[in-house]
Amino acid sequence: MDTELFARRSDTSWSVEPHGPMRVPAVIFADEVLIRDMDRKVYDQLCNVASLPGIVQAAYAMPDAHWGYGFPIGGVAAFDPEEGGVISAGGVGFDISCGVRTLLTGLEADAVEPVQNRLADELYRTVPAGMGSTGAIHLDKTGMEAMLKGGARWAVEAGFGRAADLERQEEQGVIAGADPACVSDRARQRQTDEMGTLGSGNHYLEVQRVGEIMDAGAAAAFGLVSNTVVVSIHCGSRGLGHQIGTDYLKKMVTSAAEYGIDLPDRELACAPIDSELGQQYLGAMRAGMNCALANRQIITELTREAFARVFPGAALDVLYDVSHNICKEEEHRIDGRPRRLFVHRKGATRAFEPGNDSLPAALRPFGQPVLIGGSMGTASYVLAGQAASRERAFSSACHGAGRAMSRHQAKRRWRGREVVGELATRGIQIRSPSMRGVAEEAPGAYKDVTTVVRVAEEAGLARPVARLDPLICIKG
Amino acid sequence: MGVEGVGVGIEEAFEQAALAITAIVTDPDRVRPERAVEVSCEASDAELLLVDWLNTVIFEMATRRMLFRRFQVTITGHRLRAMLWGESVSRSRHRPAVEVKGATYTELEVKHQKDGRWRARCVVDV
Repeated sequence: MDTELFARRSDTSWSVEPHGPMRVPAVIFADEVLIRDMDRKVYDQLCNVASLPGIVQAAYAMPDAHWGYGFPIGGVAAFDPEEGGVISAGGVGFDISCGVRTLLTGLEADAVEPVQNRLADELYRTVPAGMGSTGAIHLDKTGMEAMLKGGARWAVEAGFGRAADLERQEEQGVIAGADPACVSDRARQRQTDEMGTLGSGNHYLEVQRVGEIMDAGAAAAFGLVSNTVVVSIHCGSRGLGHQIGTDYLKKMVTSAAEYGIDLPDRELACAPIDSELGQQYLGAMRAGMNCALANRQIITELTREAFARVFPGAALDVLYDVSHNICKEEEHRIDGRPRRLFVHRKGATRAFEPGNDSLPAALRPFGQPVLIGGSMGTASYVLAGQAASRERAFSSACHGAGRAMSRHQAKRRWRGREVVGELATRGIQIRSPSMRGVAEEAPGAYKDVTTVVRVAEEAGLARPVARLDPLICIKG
Repeated sequence: MGVEGVGVGIEEAFEQAALAITAIVTDPDRVRPERAVEVSCEASDAELLLVDWLNTVIFEMATRRMLFRRFQVTITGHRLRAMLWGESVSRSRHRPAVEVKGATYTELEVKHQKDGRWRARCVVDV
């Protein structure tokens, strides 16, 4: 889009001063190339978000932003309930608590490469991926209730993983305030057979080699050693989260007028945080977050099983688990005063600074690990939160490369088999039930993740710790 | 991703929009109309009804693990009734590219065009 739409604050920060119904500025963190490549709808959607009741400071877009529904993907916005602030189902997204978990195998890449094909087959056979796949667990009513309240802890107690896994997750794997009573029967029905499944689209399980260490101190604390192998799992709350999003978007659209909210567009549907509907959505969304944490926990254990068949004794400890489609209640200082805010991050990752009390002791001096997903053939990154990010964007950073091209365009440009063949020549093994799905997810359909990470660093959002290069990718 | 249905009446436009959802997942010609499913939904205006209709189809696809090839929609006032014909997903034959999460209110439009035809469209999340 046209850079003339913005006032340039710095090399990596662009703002739109409030005009029309906007209550606060809109700010995009990007360099000139990323801004030019972004769709104009990112600007429109961000200005719309800036007009919502109770928004604090500014509506932000991360360097990987692209247009979504309601809020842009890569959008961050915080709302104050004491000022009539709202919560928005479209500000969280359909895939509630979609996120990335990284596991440390401790194995040398040289040991994995000779058995790469076998390992890829084992993982593809063990971790259900793609539309129509089902998990090994069938949840009855009691099990569903326990999962929605217990998150990853429920999964560990059910035999999927170990207690130590929980220490390396946001909120130790269980989100407080989940209210299963706010989750519809339809949402439960969609999840009955989907626990422990990857899903499809941009979700994946990737085996990666630590290709470059960029911050030796943080990397050592995070357990990242050059040329060793890690596994990253990208997925979310599956059918349950999708249906919670569907249910509450509809409720918010039809009741906005009742709450005196004048929506510039139906896609911005929201409810006051302190309203009955706002509280119900919070209860349901938190149950959805627990579902995502439980799902990644089960997949963690399935991954361990697959690895054990090729590398008996490999431990696969959890480095960290982050969610990038969330709304969280957090305290932030605004103009020197602490305020309780509801921070929406849709396609954006929380990035707490070094010293933050909520981080595990071993990671605390270095900041929260921020896990940035790649795009099949390109690198992923591990970053660390830094202090400046708290002021810049409520302690938030990017979440991935971000799409640069629609699925339709990608399907016309590439053939899945050719993508798989080309990646194989570069030493990357792909397993997927759909070659069309692979074409739609071709690495070229995404922005350059390295540029996104560089800009996130220059903008003070997070600092790079390590680059991860793909060896195997299981695509849904 | 956007879906759009065009038809001589609003009902046909809704049917075509639902067929577009199948086309996101697989080639609709690969889907056999073997089994029928009956659904209904209700909303206060035509645009909200479109989102509800598509979400009803998405729900049936997800929970029955089916793909649908033929749709017959009847709209009376604010109420929609429909028959969907399709079959269970076969990973080997359909090679499903992606699953559809839900229909949204973004780019939502149900319009009687100047050429007399109806157009129904919105963005769905995949």
